[in-house]
Parts: sequence; C-alpha cells; structure tokens
Amino acid sequence: MSHLEISNNPSALTSLRRFLGGRRVRRLIRHRSFMIGLWLCLFVTAIAIFAPIISSVDPNKMAIRSRFQPPSLEFLLGTDNLGRDLFSRVAWGARLSLAIGLGVVLLNAVFGVLLGALAGYFRRLDGILMRLSDALMAFPSVLLAIGIAAAMGASAMTAVISLAVVYIPRTARILRASVLQVNELEFVNAARAAGAGDFHILRRHILPNCMAPLVVQLSFVFAYAILSEAVLSFLGLGAAPTDPSWGIMISEGRSYIREAPWMTIIPGMAIAITVLGLNLLGDGLRDVLDPRVKMEH
Amino acid sequence: MLAYTLRRIAQAVPILLLVSLISFGIMQLVPGDPAAVLAGPNATPDELIKLRQTLGLDKSLLSQIMIFYGNLFQGDLGYSIILGEPVLKVVLERSPISISLALYSLALTVILGLSIGVIAAMKHNRWIDQAAMTFALIGVSVPNFWLGLVMIVLFSVHLGWLPTGGYVPFFEDPVGWFLAATMPALSLAMMQIGLLARLTRSTMLEVLGQDYIRTARAKGASEPRVIIKHAMSNVLIPVVTVLGMILSVLLSGSVIVETIFAVPGIGALLGNAILGRDYPMIQGGLIFVAAVLLILNIVVDVLYAWLDPRVRVQ
Repeated sequence: MSHLEISNNPSALTSLRRFLGGRRVRRLIRHRSFMIGLWLCLFVTAIAIFAPIISSVDPNKMAIRSRFQPPSLEFLLGTDNLGRDLFSRVAWGARLSLAIGLGVVLLNAVFGVLLGALAGYFRRLDGILMRLSDALMAFPSVLLAIGIAAAMGASAMTAVISLAVVYIPRTARILRASVLQVNELEFVNAARAAGAGDFHILRRHILPNCMAPLVVQLSFVFAYAILSEAVLSFLGLGAAPTDPSWGIMISEGRSYIREAPWMTIIPGMAIAITVLGLNLLGDGLRDVLDPRVKMEH
Repeated sequence: MLAYTLRRIAQAVPILLLVSLISFGIMQLVPGDPAAVLAGPNATPDELIKLRQTLGLDKSLLSQIMIFYGNLFQGDLGYSIILGEPVLKVVLERSPISISLALYSLALTVILGLSIGVIAAMKHNRWIDQAAMTFALIGVSVPNFWLGLVMIVLFSVHLGWLPTGGYVPFFEDPVGWFLAATMPALSLAMMQIGLLARLTRSTMLEVLGQDYIRTARAKGASEPRVIIKHAMSNVLIPVVTVLGMILSVLLSGSVIVETIFAVPGIGALLGNAILGRDYPMIQGGLIFVAAVLLILNIVVDVLYAWLDPRVRVQ
C-alpha cells in the first residue's frame, strides 16, 4: 500500500467509524426532526418486537359476540367485523410491515449498490444498465409493483420482490452519481497510479465514500416500501388475507366504514405514524450526512 | 430547440421498446400455465388448448416476442379477456377520465404546493413556516387510499357536501364533475402537495439568499415584486423538472383512488383486470401508461429547455 493510500484513503473500517463517529452523531442528536423520527421508529419497532407480549390475544382469534366494539378499556383499539382485537392486529401488522420494508431495503442495499457501482465505475456497462433503469423508471412505481405482484401471485415475498424491483433502479442511480463524483477525486487516481485493481478501488476507496447518500436513500425507500406494501395488500396483492397486514385491515374496514370507522382509521394511522417517523429520520440523515444539502434546522 | 426536441424523442424510442419488453417479461412471471390460471379450475383440456393458441402460448418464447412486437407496431395491445374487447380501444375510451382527474390533481398540487412552499419560505422559522412544513410532512406520510376513505366519511357521510364517488363528464356538467372529482383529486394530490411544498420552500430559501435578490431589495423593490418578479422565475425551474415525476405518481395512484371512488378510468380498469387476472389488459395497460408518461416527460423536458437555455446546450 502506498504512502498516499495510507494518508488519504480511509479503509472501510475507518470510514465507517468516521461515518458514524463523533461530530455527525452529535449533529444528529441535536437535529430535532431526526430525534422525533428516531423515537417514532423505535416506538413502532418495539411494538413489532414485543407484539406477542403486549397483545395477549391471538390477532386472528374471532369472537363473534364482540364484533364491532369501539375502542374502550376492554378493547384498546376496538374490534373488527369478526370480533378480532384490533390492538393485537395492529401490533402484529407492525411486524409484517417492518419485515417487508426491511426486506425491500436489504435488496436495494445489495442490488442497488452493485448495479450503481458497476454503472458508475465501468463506463462500458453504464449505457446498458442506465437504459434498463430508465425503462423500469418509466413505469409509474406502484403500477409496476402491482403488475409484477399480479403476475407472480399474492404473498409477502412477492410484495418484497416487486417493490425491490421498483426501487432498485432509483437507488442504483443515486449510487452511480456518487461513484462518478468520487471516482474523479485525487485519492482514487493515486490508488490507481499505485497499481490498485478496479474492484479493490471500488470496495476500499469509492464505496465507503458513497455511504451518506445511500443511507439517506434507503431510509426513504423504507418509508415508500411501507406505503406501497399497504397499497398492494389493500388490492389483495400483498400479504395473505389472514395475515394482520395494515393494508388488508383498511381494505376490510372499508365495507364497514359507516358503522365502524375505527376499523379503517386505526391501521391507517399506524401506517402514517411509521412513515412519518421514517421520513423525519430520512430528513435528519439527509441534512447531516449529505453535504450537498444545506442545513436548515 | 427543434434539434433538442427531436433528440429527446429519439432517446425515448429505445426506452419504449425496453418498456414493452419488460411488460412482456412481467407476464412470463405468471407461475405455471397462464392459460390454466386464466381459464379457471373448471376448464376442459380442449378449452385450455384453444386458449393457449389464442394467446400464442403454444409457440416458442422467441416467436411470442416477435408476434408481440409485430402486433405492438400495428397498435395492437392484445385482447381483454374480461371485457372481450381490444385493450387499446378500452384504454383509449377510459383515458380521458383518468387524464382529467390527473390534470385536476396536478393543478391542485401546483397551486397548493407552490403557495405553501413560498409562504413557508417568506415566513422562515416562524410558526407559519413550522405549521406549513408539518402539514407537508403529514401529506407525504399518509397513504392516499386511506385519506380518500377518511374524506368519504367526513365530507360525504357526515357533512354530505360531496358525493361518495362516481364520475360526471366535464362537458356534460362542469359543476357535477368538479364536485365528484374533488375528493379523488385531493387524495391523489396530497402527497405531491407535501413534496412540492418542501421543494419550493428549500429552493425559495436558496434563491432569496442570492446577490441579485439583495440588489433588487437595495434598489427599493417591494417584497411582493422581489418574490414574483425576481425569485419565482428561478424557483419555477426545479419545479418544472419534477412535474413529470408528479404526473407519474398521480397516474400510479389512480389505480387505487379510482377503485375507492368508483371512477371508471384506466386505474379502475387495471384494478379490475388485476382482480380478474386479465393479463393481456394488465400488460397492455402498463405499456399504454408508460408510453403516455414518456411522452409527458418529453413535453416537460422541452418545456424545461425552453425555460432554461443551458439545458439545450448541454
């Protein structure tokens, strides 16, 4: 390893430490939107993790005598048309929504980074990969997911795959732009001059410096994935009908919106709170991590 | 300008070919035998063979692609299984409804999004700014179909101000169209209003910090004149660039919003096609919507180049 590499090029571990380290964390902690978003996300995550403990009732347990009960001390968020406890279903629904959102984010992190890095670094691949991403992005996002899910058949896995296909081109484009920018910097040229191979340069020198826009993008992908999953489930293309999905709950509540509006309102509020938390978190991350965006808080 | 427009059209052709190939590929994802899925469990073997022949599924994949493109170049998007009519004919019949709804949503997005963003920037860091940005943030976080249902409960069931759904053609009864389309258009537009308000505010804050704005103020120009004459023209440029994206989201959201409000547009058509597994309709509908969006994006790009000559040079 050359002198230049040691002094100018952070290793993956060093850049991760720098990325998460001192000054940025302090700025994030002082960022009001970020902290509100973080608390909201932690709240929803805690509900998802502890769903079996905090909801003593099986989310699918029907109690015909307790149908259409409004929110009360006995039924915190009321019951639905089959007498199922809505608190329990909302808590278990958080598990499903977060799991699907996380799945989409992970696939984006892997394939978005891979395609974006290849397109940004290897110019010969850029044309074909970007035209393919242009074509995928020419479809309205949710409509493409609906098309894929309709063809593959409804399931939570289908929802993850179809939403990943929709958002991967967007993530790849953002990463490509960052790779193109970092690739022009002097330390990358120095590494190249020192004889480092392409994949070494990408892995050790370029990608660690593209983390900030990637993290910001993934936080928004998480939010959009949760919203879009609700759309797919509402249309019957997401989770199985028996699963306590927030989208399915809204779809079921739609038929009883006059008699039992809480059946629709409560799962919708659960989606809104989760997405709001993720959006606030993303805003904070963007303000602090992405140097191109001016701090306004 | 003409050269730029022609270049943009030429760039769109390969994308359109890829879009149609992806739409074709999506239908290959149907697990098992698509003919068996379409015909249902009670179909006889003879019926299955006939359906496979009708859909061209008995041929090789390459032949299917060739036939698909051959038909596409002749404007044949396939035959709807549920409606028994050519996809293109049905889609063209329904598109004015969706387009009128999308344009109404776009108008709401631009008027409300720009106004909220400009007011928030002018009252930077005051309570109006905080309230406007909270509203915008809630707008981008709320699912549009849920908002539509809540609005039905509030404005139709409780207050009785607006109809719960349906569609009235604009040229038959403009007031009826306005009343019927307001809730679907607003629930479609809410997220985009939030996004545009946030974009407008941040752009306006950036523009208001520029030297030429300070010069205009120093020369004694009134605040409304500074905003309207000097700042707005530069705020509008990034706004125009996102118009294509906004239209894409509005058309995308129409599937679910049209289903909820019983608006008989392309969105509801595709929603019913999904429920009825009408794959030719889904495939043709996807190609049609993507093609419309490509055309709209070219229009937006040309508009952008007209507003900002630097784009033409690039």
